[in-house]
Amino acid sequence: MSGLALDITMTVNGEHVSERVEARKTLVDFLRDDLGLTGSHVGCEHGVCGACTVRVNSEIVRGCLMLAVQCEGAKVETIEGLSDSGEVADLQLAFEQRNALQCGFCTPGMITAAQELLAKGGVPSRDEIREYISGNYCRCTGYHAIVDAVESVAQARAGAAK
Amino acid sequence: MKPAPFAYKKACSLDEAVALLGEHKDARLLAGGQSLIATLNMRLSAPSMLIDINGIGGLDTIVEKNSAIEIGALVRHVQAERSDVIAKFVPLIARAMPYIGHAAIRNRGTLGGSIAFADPAAELPACLMALDGEIEATGPKGKRTIKAQDFFKGLFETALGPQELLTAIRIPAATKDTRVGFAELARRHGDYAIVGLAAAARSDGKNLKDVRLSFFGVGDTPSRARKAEDALASGDVEAAVAALDLEPHDDVIATAATKKHLAGVLLRRVAAQLMEARS
Repeated sequence: MSGLALDITMTVNGEHVSERVEARKTLVDFLRDDLGLTGSHVGCEHGVCGACTVRVNSEIVRGCLMLAVQCEGAKVETIEGLSDSGEVADLQLAFEQRNALQCGFCTPGMITAAQELLAKGGVPSRDEIREYISGNYCRCTGYHAIVDAVESVAQARAGAAK
Repeated sequence: MKPAPFAYKKACSLDEAVALLGEHKDARLLAGGQSLIATLNMRLSAPSMLIDINGIGGLDTIVEKNSAIEIGALVRHVQAERSDVIAKFVPLIARAMPYIGHAAIRNRGTLGGSIAFADPAAELPACLMALDGEIEATGPKGKRTIKAQDFFKGLFETALGPQELLTAIRIPAATKDTRVGFAELARRHGDYAIVGLAAAARSDGKNLKDVRLSFFGVGDTPSRARKAEDALASGDVEAAVAALDLEPHDDVIATAATKKHLAGVLLRRVAAQLMEARS
Protein backbone atom coordinates (compact mmCIF):
# COMPACT_ATOMS: atom_id res chain seq x y z
CA MET A 1 0.00 0.00 0.00
CA SER A 2 1.18 3.50 -0.70
CA GLY A 3 1.75 5.95 2.13
CA LEU A 4 3.69 3.53 4.33
CA ALA A 5 6.75 5.76 3.98
CA LEU A 6 6.81 9.46 3.20
CA ASP A 7 9.31 12.18 2.39
CA ILE A 8 9.39 14.82 5.07
CA THR A 9 11.13 18.12 5.54
CA MET A 10 11.55 19.98 8.82
CA THR A 11 14.10 21.97 10.74
CA VAL A 12 15.76 20.27 13.67
CA ASN A 13 17.76 22.53 15.98
CA GLY A 14 17.85 25.11 13.21
CA GLU A 15 19.15 22.71 10.57
CA HIS A 16 17.15 21.78 7.51
CA VAL A 17 16.34 18.05 7.40
CA SER A 18 14.86 16.06 4.51
CA GLU A 19 14.37 12.35 5.02
CA ARG A 20 12.18 9.47 3.94
CA VAL A 21 10.54 7.87 6.97
CA GLU A 22 8.09 5.13 7.69
CA ALA A 23 4.70 6.56 8.66
CA ARG A 24 4.76 4.48 11.84
CA LYS A 25 8.00 5.99 13.12
CA THR A 26 7.56 8.20 16.16
CA LEU A 27 9.30 11.55 16.33
CA VAL A 28 11.65 10.45 19.09
CA ASP A 29 12.72 7.35 17.19
CA PHE A 30 13.31 9.47 14.10
CA LEU A 31 15.46 11.91 16.05
CA ARG A 32 17.48 9.14 17.66
CA ASP A 33 17.76 6.54 14.90
CA ASP A 34 17.79 8.65 11.74
CA LEU A 35 19.43 11.84 12.97
CA GLY A 36 21.60 10.44 15.76
CA LEU A 37 20.22 12.89 18.31
CA THR A 38 20.19 10.53 21.27
CA GLY A 39 19.67 13.16 23.95
CA SER A 40 15.92 12.58 23.81
CA HIS A 41 15.28 9.33 25.61
CA VAL A 42 12.78 6.57 25.02
CA GLY A 43 11.22 5.36 28.24
CA CYS A 44 7.65 4.15 28.40
CA GLU A 45 6.61 4.81 24.79
CA HIS A 46 3.09 5.64 25.82
CA GLY A 47 3.24 9.18 27.06
CA VAL A 48 3.63 8.56 30.77
CA CYS A 49 7.31 9.09 31.60
CA GLY A 50 8.25 12.30 29.76
CA ALA A 51 11.81 11.20 28.93
CA CYS A 52 11.18 11.91 25.23
CA THR A 53 10.03 15.52 25.75
CA VAL A 54 11.07 17.75 22.83
CA ARG A 55 9.81 21.03 21.42
CA VAL A 56 7.75 21.21 18.23
CA ASN A 57 6.87 24.69 16.98
CA SER A 58 8.00 26.11 20.33
CA GLU A 59 5.78 23.89 22.50
CA ILE A 60 6.86 20.85 24.45
CA VAL A 61 5.41 17.56 23.26
CA ARG A 62 5.86 13.88 23.89
CA GLY A 63 8.26 12.61 21.21
CA CYS A 64 6.66 9.18 21.52
CA LEU A 65 3.12 10.45 20.94
CA MET A 66 3.82 12.26 17.72
CA LEU A 67 4.78 10.71 14.42
CA ALA A 68 7.76 12.00 12.49
CA VAL A 69 5.52 12.44 9.43
CA GLN A 70 3.35 14.84 11.43
CA CYS A 71 6.32 17.17 11.72
CA GLU A 72 6.33 18.05 8.04
CA GLY A 73 7.27 21.73 7.90
CA ALA A 74 7.70 21.96 11.67
CA LYS A 75 10.43 23.47 13.80
CA VAL A 76 11.76 20.75 16.09
CA GLU A 77 14.13 21.41 18.99
CA THR A 78 15.84 18.81 21.14
CA ILE A 79 18.02 18.98 24.23
CA GLU A 80 21.05 19.11 21.90
CA GLY A 81 19.75 22.34 20.36
CA LEU A 82 18.75 23.83 23.70
CA SER A 83 22.23 23.01 25.05
CA ASP A 84 24.16 24.38 22.08
CA SER A 85 22.25 27.65 22.03
CA GLY A 86 22.90 28.19 25.74
CA GLU A 87 19.18 28.60 26.37
CA VAL A 88 19.18 26.13 29.26
CA ALA A 89 22.79 26.55 30.43
CA ASP A 90 21.69 27.94 33.81
CA LEU A 91 19.26 25.05 34.33
CA GLN A 92 21.94 22.51 33.45
CA LEU A 93 24.37 24.10 35.90
CA ALA A 94 21.74 24.23 38.65
CA PHE A 95 20.84 20.56 38.10
CA GLU A 96 24.51 19.66 38.49
CA GLN A 97 25.13 21.86 41.51
CA ARG A 98 22.03 20.74 43.38
CA ASN A 99 22.33 17.04 42.57
CA ALA A 100 19.09 17.18 40.63
CA LEU A 101 20.16 14.17 38.61
CA GLN A 102 21.71 10.84 39.38
CA CYS A 103 21.39 8.50 36.42
CA GLY A 104 20.41 11.38 34.13
CA PHE A 105 17.88 9.46 32.06
CA CYS A 106 15.04 11.88 32.80
CA THR A 107 17.19 15.02 32.72
CA PRO A 108 16.80 16.11 29.07
CA GLY A 109 13.02 15.87 29.33
CA MET A 110 13.01 17.43 32.77
CA ILE A 111 15.05 20.42 31.59
CA THR A 112 12.99 20.86 28.44
CA ALA A 113 9.76 20.85 30.48
CA ALA A 114 11.18 23.17 33.15
CA GLN A 115 12.38 25.59 30.49
CA GLU A 116 8.84 25.91 29.12
CA LEU A 117 7.55 26.77 32.59
CA LEU A 118 10.31 29.30 33.24
CA ALA A 119 9.91 30.88 29.81
CA LYS A 120 6.44 32.00 30.89
CA GLY A 121 8.24 34.43 33.21
CA GLY A 122 7.98 35.16 36.92
CA VAL A 123 8.94 32.87 39.76
CA PRO A 124 6.57 29.89 39.94
CA SER A 125 5.76 28.45 43.36
CA ARG A 126 7.19 25.08 44.32
CA ASP A 127 3.73 23.60 43.81
CA GLU A 128 3.55 25.07 40.32
CA ILE A 129 6.98 23.64 39.52
CA ARG A 130 5.88 20.23 40.78
CA GLU A 131 2.70 20.43 38.75
CA TYR A 132 4.58 21.37 35.60
CA ILE A 133 7.08 18.53 35.87
CA SER A 134 4.38 16.07 36.99
CA GLY A 135 4.53 14.59 33.50
CA ASN A 136 8.19 13.69 33.87
CA TYR A 137 9.21 10.69 35.91
CA CYS A 138 12.48 10.65 37.84
CA ARG A 139 13.27 7.38 39.60
CA CYS A 140 16.44 8.56 41.38
CA THR A 141 16.14 11.92 43.05
CA GLY A 142 12.74 12.00 44.69
CA TYR A 143 12.16 15.30 42.85
CA HIS A 144 13.09 17.55 45.75
CA ALA A 145 16.45 18.53 44.30
CA ILE A 146 14.88 19.05 40.88
CA VAL A 147 12.35 21.47 42.32
CA ASP A 148 15.22 23.22 44.15
CA ALA A 149 17.19 23.57 40.92
CA VAL A 150 14.25 24.89 38.89
CA GLU A 151 13.25 27.29 41.66
CA SER A 152 16.79 28.67 42.01
CA VAL A 153 17.02 29.31 38.27
CA ALA A 154 13.61 31.01 38.29
CA GLN A 155 14.78 33.29 41.09
CA ALA A 156 18.11 34.00 39.41
CA ARG A 157 16.45 34.83 36.10
CA ALA A 158 13.88 37.07 37.81
CA GLY A 159 16.72 38.82 39.67
CA ALA A 160 18.69 39.30 36.47
CA ALA A 161 15.63 40.71 34.71
CA LYS A 162 15.25 43.48 37.30
CA MET B 1 7.00 -1.20 21.63
CA LYS B 2 6.65 0.22 18.14
CA PRO B 3 3.47 0.55 16.09
CA ALA B 4 2.62 -2.01 13.41
CA PRO B 5 3.00 -0.56 9.91
CA PHE B 6 0.25 1.71 8.65
CA ALA B 7 -0.26 4.16 5.82
CA TYR B 8 -0.61 7.85 6.54
CA LYS B 9 -2.71 10.34 4.70
CA LYS B 10 -3.24 13.98 5.56
CA ALA B 11 -6.80 15.08 4.82
CA CYS B 12 -7.12 18.69 3.67
CA SER B 13 -10.90 18.93 3.97
CA LEU B 14 -13.81 17.30 5.79
CA ASP B 15 -15.04 15.86 2.50
CA GLU B 16 -11.68 14.24 1.91
CA ALA B 17 -11.60 12.80 5.45
CA VAL B 18 -15.12 11.37 5.06
CA ALA B 19 -14.22 9.89 1.66
CA LEU B 20 -11.03 8.31 3.06
CA LEU B 21 -13.02 6.78 5.92
CA GLY B 22 -15.29 5.25 3.28
CA GLU B 23 -12.40 3.81 1.28
CA HIS B 24 -10.42 2.44 4.20
CA LYS B 25 -12.72 0.58 6.54
CA ASP B 26 -10.26 0.10 9.38
CA ALA B 27 -8.62 3.52 9.17
CA ARG B 28 -8.38 5.66 12.30
CA LEU B 29 -8.55 9.42 12.54
CA LEU B 30 -5.51 11.16 13.95
CA ALA B 31 -6.15 14.42 15.81
CA GLY B 32 -3.92 15.16 18.82
CA GLY B 33 -2.83 11.53 18.94
CA GLN B 34 -2.24 11.58 22.68
CA SER B 35 -4.34 8.46 23.24
CA LEU B 36 -4.25 6.93 19.77
CA ILE B 37 -0.47 6.85 19.32
CA ALA B 38 -0.04 5.31 22.77
CA THR B 39 -2.41 2.50 21.77
CA LEU B 40 -0.54 2.07 18.47
CA ASN B 41 2.80 1.90 20.29
CA MET B 42 1.40 -0.77 22.57
CA ARG B 43 -0.18 -2.51 19.58
CA LEU B 44 -3.57 -2.43 21.22
CA SER B 45 -4.68 -1.06 17.88
CA ALA B 46 -3.28 -1.74 14.40
CA PRO B 47 -5.22 0.21 11.75
CA SER B 48 -4.16 -0.02 8.10
CA MET B 49 -4.23 3.75 7.76
CA LEU B 50 -4.15 6.92 9.82
CA ILE B 51 -6.09 9.85 8.43
CA ASP B 52 -4.50 12.98 9.85
CA ILE B 53 -7.18 15.66 10.26
CA ASN B 54 -4.86 18.33 11.72
CA GLY B 55 -4.66 20.11 8.37
CA ILE B 56 -8.42 20.65 8.05
CA GLY B 57 -9.18 24.33 8.43
CA GLY B 58 -11.90 25.84 10.58
CA LEU B 59 -11.99 23.19 13.31
CA ASP B 60 -9.85 25.04 15.85
CA THR B 61 -12.10 27.86 16.98
CA ILE B 62 -14.08 28.58 20.14
CA VAL B 63 -17.11 30.75 19.39
CA GLU B 64 -20.33 31.87 21.05
CA LYS B 65 -23.37 31.03 18.94
CA ASN B 66 -27.04 31.24 19.99
CA SER B 67 -26.34 31.15 23.76
CA ALA B 68 -24.06 28.17 23.28
CA ILE B 69 -20.32 27.83 23.06
CA GLU B 70 -19.12 25.89 20.05
CA ILE B 71 -15.72 24.32 20.39
CA GLY B 72 -14.11 23.00 17.23
CA ALA B 73 -12.86 19.42 17.28
CA LEU B 74 -9.21 20.44 16.84
CA VAL B 75 -9.12 22.95 19.70
CA ARG B 76 -6.18 21.82 21.81
CA HIS B 77 -6.39 21.52 25.58
CA VAL B 78 -3.87 24.32 26.03
CA GLN B 79 -6.02 26.60 23.87
CA ALA B 80 -9.11 25.89 25.98
CA GLU B 81 -7.05 26.40 29.13
CA ARG B 82 -6.11 29.91 28.00
CA SER B 83 -9.49 30.83 26.51
CA ASP B 84 -11.42 33.71 28.09
CA VAL B 85 -14.62 32.44 26.47
CA ILE B 86 -14.23 29.03 28.13
CA ALA B 87 -13.35 30.63 31.48
CA LYS B 88 -16.46 32.81 31.37
CA PHE B 89 -19.05 30.61 29.69
CA VAL B 90 -17.87 27.04 30.31
CA PRO B 91 -16.36 27.26 33.79
CA LEU B 92 -16.66 23.50 34.33
CA ILE B 93 -14.26 22.77 31.48
CA ALA B 94 -11.95 25.55 32.69
CA ARG B 95 -11.90 23.87 36.09
CA ALA B 96 -11.31 20.39 34.64
CA MET B 97 -8.55 21.41 32.25
CA PRO B 98 -5.59 21.35 34.69
CA TYR B 99 -6.45 17.73 35.57
CA ILE B 100 -6.08 16.56 31.98
CA GLY B 101 -2.72 14.96 31.34
CA HIS B 102 0.41 17.05 31.66
CA ALA B 103 1.62 20.23 29.98
CA ALA B 104 3.22 18.38 27.06
CA ILE B 105 0.05 16.32 26.55
CA ARG B 106 -2.22 19.39 26.74
CA ASN B 107 -0.12 21.11 24.08
CA ARG B 108 -1.11 18.41 21.57
CA GLY B 109 -4.32 16.75 22.74
CA THR B 110 -7.64 17.97 21.37
CA LEU B 111 -11.04 18.32 23.01
CA GLY B 112 -12.71 16.58 20.07
CA GLY B 113 -10.27 13.69 20.24
CA SER B 114 -10.80 13.17 23.94
CA ILE B 115 -14.57 13.05 23.53
CA ALA B 116 -14.53 10.84 20.42
CA PHE B 117 -12.08 8.44 22.10
CA ALA B 118 -14.55 8.12 25.01
CA ASP B 119 -12.15 6.83 27.62
CA PRO B 120 -14.34 6.00 30.63
CA ALA B 121 -11.79 7.58 32.99
CA ALA B 122 -11.37 10.80 30.99
CA GLU B 123 -12.54 14.18 32.23
CA LEU B 124 -14.12 15.76 29.15
CA PRO B 125 -16.79 13.17 28.31
CA ALA B 126 -18.05 13.50 31.90
CA CYS B 127 -18.00 17.30 31.65
CA LEU B 128 -19.99 17.18 28.44
CA MET B 129 -22.60 14.94 30.13
CA ALA B 130 -22.82 17.20 33.17
CA LEU B 131 -23.30 20.24 30.95
CA ASP B 132 -25.95 18.61 28.76
CA GLY B 133 -23.77 19.34 25.75
CA GLU B 134 -24.04 18.01 22.25
CA ILE B 135 -21.76 16.67 19.58
CA GLU B 136 -21.72 17.72 15.95
CA ALA B 137 -20.82 14.80 13.69
CA THR B 138 -20.02 15.10 10.01
CA GLY B 139 -20.46 12.18 7.62
CA PRO B 140 -21.37 11.38 4.03
CA LYS B 141 -24.87 12.83 4.51
CA GLY B 142 -23.63 16.04 6.07
CA LYS B 143 -23.86 17.15 9.67
CA ARG B 144 -26.01 15.85 12.51
CA THR B 145 -26.24 16.62 16.19
CA ILE B 146 -26.06 14.02 18.95
CA LYS B 147 -26.86 14.78 22.59
CA ALA B 148 -24.07 13.86 25.01
CA GLN B 149 -26.37 11.44 26.85
CA ASP B 150 -26.91 9.52 23.60
CA PHE B 151 -23.29 9.71 22.46
CA PHE B 152 -21.38 7.54 24.92
CA LYS B 153 -22.53 4.00 24.17
CA GLY B 154 -20.02 1.81 25.94
CA LEU B 155 -16.35 1.26 26.64
CA PHE B 156 -14.54 3.43 24.06
CA GLU B 157 -17.75 3.22 22.02
CA THR B 158 -19.72 6.19 20.71
CA ALA B 159 -22.69 6.92 18.49
CA LEU B 160 -20.40 8.02 15.65
CA GLY B 161 -20.95 6.01 12.48
CA PRO B 162 -18.03 4.34 10.69
CA GLN B 163 -17.76 7.18 8.21
CA GLU B 164 -18.44 10.02 10.61
CA LEU B 165 -16.12 12.33 12.45
CA LEU B 166 -16.73 14.58 15.41
CA THR B 167 -16.37 18.15 14.17
CA ALA B 168 -17.49 20.24 17.13
CA ILE B 169 -19.05 20.17 20.57
CA ARG B 170 -21.67 22.64 21.74
CA ILE B 171 -22.35 23.55 25.34
CA PRO B 172 -25.05 25.87 26.69
CA ALA B 173 -23.34 29.05 27.88
CA ALA B 174 -23.22 29.45 31.65
CA THR B 175 -25.55 32.07 33.10
CA LYS B 176 -25.58 33.87 36.44
CA ASP B 177 -27.31 31.00 38.21
CA THR B 178 -24.98 28.30 36.84
CA ARG B 179 -22.92 26.46 39.42
CA VAL B 180 -20.22 23.92 38.59
CA GLY B 181 -17.99 21.59 40.52
CA PHE B 182 -15.13 19.30 39.63
CA ALA B 183 -12.89 16.93 41.56
CA GLU B 184 -10.92 13.81 40.84
CA LEU B 185 -8.59 11.41 42.55
CA ALA B 186 -5.58 10.03 40.71
CA ARG B 187 -2.32 8.39 41.77
CA ARG B 188 -0.35 11.24 40.19
CA HIS B 189 -1.59 14.66 39.13
CA GLY B 190 -2.52 14.46 35.45
CA ASP B 191 -3.01 10.71 35.31
CA TYR B 192 -6.34 9.17 34.43
CA ALA B 193 -8.72 9.34 37.35
CA ILE B 194 -9.37 6.50 39.76
CA VAL B 195 -12.69 8.26 40.26
CA GLY B 196 -13.75 11.72 39.17
CA LEU B 197 -16.84 13.88 39.28
CA ALA B 198 -17.98 16.70 37.01
CA ALA B 199 -21.11 18.48 38.14
CA ALA B 200 -23.39 21.32 37.14
CA ALA B 201 -26.48 22.84 38.71
CA ARG B 202 -28.49 26.01 38.91
CA SER B 203 -28.84 28.00 42.08
CA ASP B 204 -31.32 30.64 43.17
CA GLY B 205 -28.96 31.70 45.93
CA LYS B 206 -30.42 29.24 48.44
CA ASN B 207 -31.23 25.96 46.76
CA LEU B 208 -29.79 23.94 43.92
CA LYS B 209 -31.88 22.65 41.08
CA ASP B 210 -31.22 20.76 37.86
CA VAL B 211 -28.30 19.05 39.56
CA ARG B 212 -26.30 16.89 37.18
CA LEU B 213 -23.63 14.65 38.67
CA SER B 214 -21.48 12.95 36.08
CA PHE B 215 -18.99 10.47 37.51
CA PHE B 216 -16.08 9.04 35.53
CA GLY B 217 -13.79 6.09 36.17
CA VAL B 218 -16.74 4.17 37.65
CA GLY B 219 -18.17 2.39 34.61
CA ASP B 220 -17.93 1.94 30.86
CA THR B 221 -19.18 5.47 30.19
CA PRO B 222 -19.62 8.64 32.24
CA SER B 223 -22.35 7.81 34.74
CA ARG B 224 -25.08 10.08 36.07
CA ALA B 225 -25.97 9.45 39.71
CA ARG B 226 -29.61 10.46 39.48
CA LYS B 227 -30.80 9.53 42.96
CA ALA B 228 -27.90 11.46 44.44
CA GLU B 229 -28.80 14.41 42.20
CA ASP B 230 -32.31 14.49 43.63
CA ALA B 231 -31.01 14.29 47.19
CA LEU B 232 -28.53 17.08 46.58
CA ALA B 233 -31.24 19.27 45.07
CA SER B 234 -33.14 18.91 48.33
CA GLY B 235 -30.06 20.17 50.14
CA ASP B 236 -28.93 17.05 51.94
CA VAL B 237 -25.31 16.19 51.08
CA GLU B 238 -25.10 13.11 53.32
CA ALA B 239 -28.35 11.76 51.89
CA ALA B 240 -26.88 12.30 48.43
CA VAL B 241 -23.76 10.32 49.39
CA ALA B 242 -25.94 7.53 50.80
CA ALA B 243 -28.03 7.54 47.64
CA LEU B 244 -25.09 7.22 45.23
CA ASP B 245 -26.43 4.87 42.59
CA LEU B 246 -23.16 3.80 40.99
CA GLU B 247 -21.93 0.34 40.14
CA PRO B 248 -18.18 0.63 39.63
CA HIS B 249 -16.06 -2.38 38.65
CA ASP B 250 -12.79 -3.44 40.22
CA ASP B 251 -9.75 -2.38 38.24
CA VAL B 252 -5.98 -2.65 38.67
CA ILE B 253 -5.83 0.37 40.96
CA ALA B 254 -8.91 0.16 43.13
CA THR B 255 -11.69 -2.23 44.08
CA ALA B 256 -15.32 -1.42 43.42
CA ALA B 257 -15.84 -0.78 47.13
CA THR B 258 -12.95 1.68 47.25
CA LYS B 259 -14.24 3.49 44.19
CA LYS B 260 -17.70 3.75 45.69
CA HIS B 261 -16.22 5.19 48.88
CA LEU B 262 -14.10 7.66 46.92
CA ALA B 263 -17.14 8.71 44.88
CA GLY B 264 -18.74 9.77 48.16
CA VAL B 265 -15.63 11.70 49.17
CA LEU B 266 -15.69 13.53 45.85
CA LEU B 267 -19.41 14.20 46.08
CA ARG B 268 -18.94 16.03 49.40
CA ARG B 269 -16.17 18.16 47.88
CA VAL B 270 -18.11 18.94 44.74
CA ALA B 271 -21.31 19.69 46.69
CA ALA B 272 -19.37 22.35 48.59
CA GLN B 273 -18.21 23.85 45.28
CA LEU B 274 -21.76 23.87 43.91
CA MET B 275 -23.05 25.64 46.99
CA GLU B 276 -20.40 28.35 46.93
CA ALA B 277 -21.68 31.78 46.05
CA ARG B 278 -20.73 32.72 42.53
CA SER B 279 -17.78 35.04 42.57
